Amino acid sequence: MNGIPLTHIIFLSTALFFIGMYGLFTRRNMITMLMAIELMLNSVNINFVAFNKYLYPDKLDGIFFTLFIITIAAAEAAVAIAIIINLYRSHRSIDVEDATEMKF
Amino acid sequence: MLTDFFILLKQELVITVIIFLLLFIKLGKDRSNETILNWINLFLFINLVAGFFGSQEGILFSEMFHTNKLVVLEKNILNLAMLLISMQSYSWLKMHKHVIEFYLLLLSTLLGMFFMISSGNLLMFYLGLELSTIPLAAAANFDLDKRRSSEAAMKMIISSAFSSALLLFGISIVYGVSGTLVFSELSLHLVADPLHLFAFILLISGFAFKISAVPFHLWTADVYEGAPVAVTSYLSVVSKAAVLFVFVSVLYTVFKPLATVWYNILFVLSLATIIIGNLFALRQNNFKRFLAFSSIAQVGFILIGISGSSQAGMASVIYFILIYVFSNLAAFGVVSLVSAITGKENIDDYKAFYSTNPLLSWILTIALFSLAGVPPTAGFFGKFFLLMAGAAKGNYWLIGIAALNMVVSFYYYLRVVKAMFMDSNEEPISKLSIPILPKLALYICVIGIIVTGLLSWVYDHIFSLSSGI
Repeated sequence: MNGIPLTHIIFLSTALFFIGMYGLFTRRNMITMLMAIELMLNSVNINFVAFNKYLYPDKLDGIFFTLFIITIAAAEAAVAIAIIINLYRSHRSIDVEDATEMKF
Repeated sequence: MLTDFFILLKQELVITVIIFLLLFIKLGKDRSNETILNWINLFLFINLVAGFFGSQEGILFSEMFHTNKLVVLEKNILNLAMLLISMQSYSWLKMHKHVIEFYLLLLSTLLGMFFMISSGNLLMFYLGLELSTIPLAAAANFDLDKRRSSEAAMKMIISSAFSSALLLFGISIVYGVSGTLVFSELSLHLVADPLHLFAFILLISGFAFKISAVPFHLWTADVYEGAPVAVTSYLSVVSKAAVLFVFVSVLYTVFKPLATVWYNILFVLSLATIIIGNLFALRQNNFKRFLAFSSIAQVGFILIGISGSSQAGMASVIYFILIYVFSNLAAFGVVSLVSAITGKENIDDYKAFYSTNPLLSWILTIALFSLAGVPPTAGFFGKFFLLMAGAAKGNYWLIGIAALNMVVSFYYYLRVVKAMFMDSNEEPISKLSIPILPKLALYICVIGIIVTGLLSWVYDHIFSLSSGI
């Protein structure tokens, strides 16, 4: 059953985390930046599920944490998209480079 | 058993009841804003008073939630700050369409902070943290038609989502290496090996984002400038204070085995925070942005107090936050009155403020003196105790540089005082009529600034409740 070693899964999740971070730093479209953040949160979910299954299969802490992360990520995305829609109404753009009235 | 449940959770339950009451008021017949605001301020006052009665130590939900006298005191400080902010924003909210929604958002974040302060489990901590940041981002966008307000909210939600992703990755690794999420068991499993340190640094950066310590401070000034003044003062006082309370107790209990590591981290963070906060505050012209950088510099001083890692360290941090609540809210109270009535937010607009509004200029002056740390005000004693607690480690370079930075900070605080009293202005801000609630709030703040420093039992009381490593 344990065909895939834990290190492979941790490698996957860490890679996903930093791909998400890279996406957040390089993309300029707000929706894409939100997607990058979702990628980072999902890598955390993979971590939790893998640790729970491989190392502590008798407890369910990690699984529960994952459920809460998914729920909160949805709430966060809802608020963020509402804010972005409102920003679009005043700026006519969802590019972060256009929302730079305040600096330094 | 059931009565225990109600007594231990009483502050959270009162807030929840107020939230539901507000929802019902929202559903009911149309009332004028004045009536609603008076009711809400009464509720918040009852909430503050109720916090002082019947506190009890205890643990609920298998160590998810714990409370003791210190936690109750911290929640009372937050309640007080919430009441003061609500009273100060009276003149702004009076003309606003969505009064109840404003309070729903802020009270939900307050509820989240209470659960975060009481948490004894990383899951509970994370839920409290998110409940205290997501509605706050929506509140930052409260002036829906202002371009700056939506820009501020966008910057806040994206940076806070990023910081909580960092925090979560740290938590997941901590879970992986220790197999538990409960605070009391975690401290038994932590050792200083590379994986633990990686997780710990991710956790610290999540915290540093929320308290805006320097490498992670970039969102602060923009959000403070763009958000409505009431939300800005809430962000700079309540939200920051709550995260600092948790930060201290988590460092002192959960991360006790890594004490030398986080001492070094705090050393670097506090130096960078004080210096950069001060240097950027020198060149600001917008009053809210100026207060943002000044609050960044204040966090640097608080970090020095935390690095003392003794009973005095924790006590001085909580004592300083109490004083910071009074002095920062006095400053924000004046700014919010001026901004609500005239719309002016620049320091240059405050030139010759004294000739038209002597009372407000005196209040602002006392507040700025307290923030700078001039002796008769409480701010001096707060900073003195913080530096004393930090000096217990014997690191006099750090303390010396911090003290020098206090001198630098005099320049920008007194620049505002000079503008108010000495500069001349063609068209100064006209004489403002102050409604009774904001006036009362400002008086409470000024009394707090003067009295908290002079009454020694305040510090003694906090000291007797706190604990060190």
